[in-house]
Amino acid sequence: MTSTHPAVELNGLTKTFGTVTAVDGLSLRVQPGEVVAFLGPNGAGKTTTIDMLLGLARPDAGTVRVLGGTADDAVARGRVAAVLQTGGLLKDLTVGETVRMTAHFYRHTRPAAEVLERAGIADIADRIVGRCSGGQQQRLRFALALLPDPDLMVLDEPTTGMDVEGRRDFWQALRRDARDGRTVIFATHYLDEADAYADRIVLVRQGRIVADGTTAEIKNLAAGRTVRATLPGADQAALAALPGVDAVEVRGDSVLVRTGDSDAIARHLLTRTAARDVEITSRNLEDAFLALTTERIGA
Amino acid sequence: MSTLPATPAATRTDSPTQPDRRLPAMGGFAPAVLGIELRRVLRNRRTLAFTLIMPAVFFLIFGLPQRGQTLDNGRPVMAYVMISLAVYAAMVATTSAGGAVATERALGWSRQLRLTPLRPTAYVATKVATAMTLGLIAVVIEFVVGAAAGVRLPLDVWLLSGLAAWLGSLVFAAFGLFIGYLVPAENVMQFIGPILAVLAMFGGLFVPVEVLPHVLQQVAKFTPVYGMGELARAPLTGDGVSMAGVANMVFWTLAFGVGAARLFRRDTARV
Repeated sequence: MTSTHPAVELNGLTKTFGTVTAVDGLSLRVQPGEVVAFLGPNGAGKTTTIDMLLGLARPDAGTVRVLGGTADDAVARGRVAAVLQTGGLLKDLTVGETVRMTAHFYRHTRPAAEVLERAGIADIADRIVGRCSGGQQQRLRFALALLPDPDLMVLDEPTTGMDVEGRRDFWQALRRDARDGRTVIFATHYLDEADAYADRIVLVRQGRIVADGTTAEIKNLAAGRTVRATLPGADQAALAALPGVDAVEVRGDSVLVRTGDSDAIARHLLTRTAARDVEITSRNLEDAFLALTTERIGA
Repeated sequence: MSTLPATPAATRTDSPTQPDRRLPAMGGFAPAVLGIELRRVLRNRRTLAFTLIMPAVFFLIFGLPQRGQTLDNGRPVMAYVMISLAVYAAMVATTSAGGAVATERALGWSRQLRLTPLRPTAYVATKVATAMTLGLIAVVIEFVVGAAAGVRLPLDVWLLSGLAAWLGSLVFAAFGLFIGYLVPAENVMQFIGPILAVLAMFGGLFVPVEVLPHVLQQVAKFTPVYGMGELARAPLTGDGVSMAGVANMVFWTLAFGVGAARLFRRDTARV
């Protein structure tokens, strides 16, 4: 029954706040067991999409299916759990009390001691939440999300505000708990997190998906090099027709060639054309991310 | 599909049995949560001071010196003060427990709860139950202090007055919820406290309404403590309960209850 439905099915999701379109016709299908990173800059619509996915916000248009049913039903049955940036904690409860209280809201949960252990906060169970660090509070939210042993775990920028060590600890805890069969969707604006922990990366910009593929595929977007040269009156079509060329851009007297074979292009430019000032630069994931997620000038 | 017998998900390795995915009983309302809530309230020194200790101290200051004085029907004046302050203690206790909603909204806890099976109505039921438990504790403490100080009354007066003070404080549990859904602030009791004191004065909890200037007496009849104060003292004074007193209680319970319900619906509506 679990495996016959996609874990998440979003169709044409749209959400506007006043004149701002936060999510713009976004469609996404996530299969059970996938670990998906929702990657994009702040304001890309990640949080709004997650709110609609969890039933916290109502889409203006489009539909949401979670594990074959409604988001509300999945939440009420403990099939989906989430760690959100906005979810607050009661400062005057202890860590252990927070977990035990939340456990009472479910029909059935894993033992409180076990989720505290899994989230790596068993040693601070008696600490008042108000005296916990941001990272500890985030791991408490994670412990709460582990309680129902959900089929789908959603995390919205779970390591925001943590230092490097805190981020590493958090992801280690998540990985320790990751089992075959649990679907994980996390939003992040850290490329390295997406790269290290996701099987699949969905790049979001201005409420739309601009790239979607395995981590390797997304990295391929970044493969190759750019050859730049000064070449007045460059023949763009002729350059584009050369073997191994992905794209050619002419900016005034400059020409930029994106290619998998920079040596051949450089040789061609230097021997067959009047090009000078040839530069070869490699592209990386950061460039691909920026290229795909930042607004192009004039676009 | 979820009602079918659970079969283990195909690829689960270390979880041989599928977790129980049924909905929780009573929308997630659990009496056990009440215990945690109470412990939480009693850990808060400010709440302890204002709801449980201060009314008792008021009794020792204002009630004890009346020792030996009697009302027209021969009952002790000290009992009159004790019952009035029990009403005050209960209303402060229930208001602060209901008003806790404000803190929890401000902290974002109510949003966190929306990621659990707990239904909003079950959440409010927990708050009301906590408020009423705290109200009962407040009444009992005031009565114990009174009895220890020498108040002697027939059993039925203890019970009826106590019950009236306690149940009457339901009005203020609703008031607390109303304020709680009106303003999301962590320190909501800091500005409700003085309001409660003024209402308590109009309700004749600090001095009998009859000693107030005539105009204030007329105003007092329309304030929300008046009815519950009159009702709680009726078993003691034997004066009976006026229609105005009953109408007053009914009106304010409805006003705060409906107000809280409307704000609650606005709060839980999706945007």
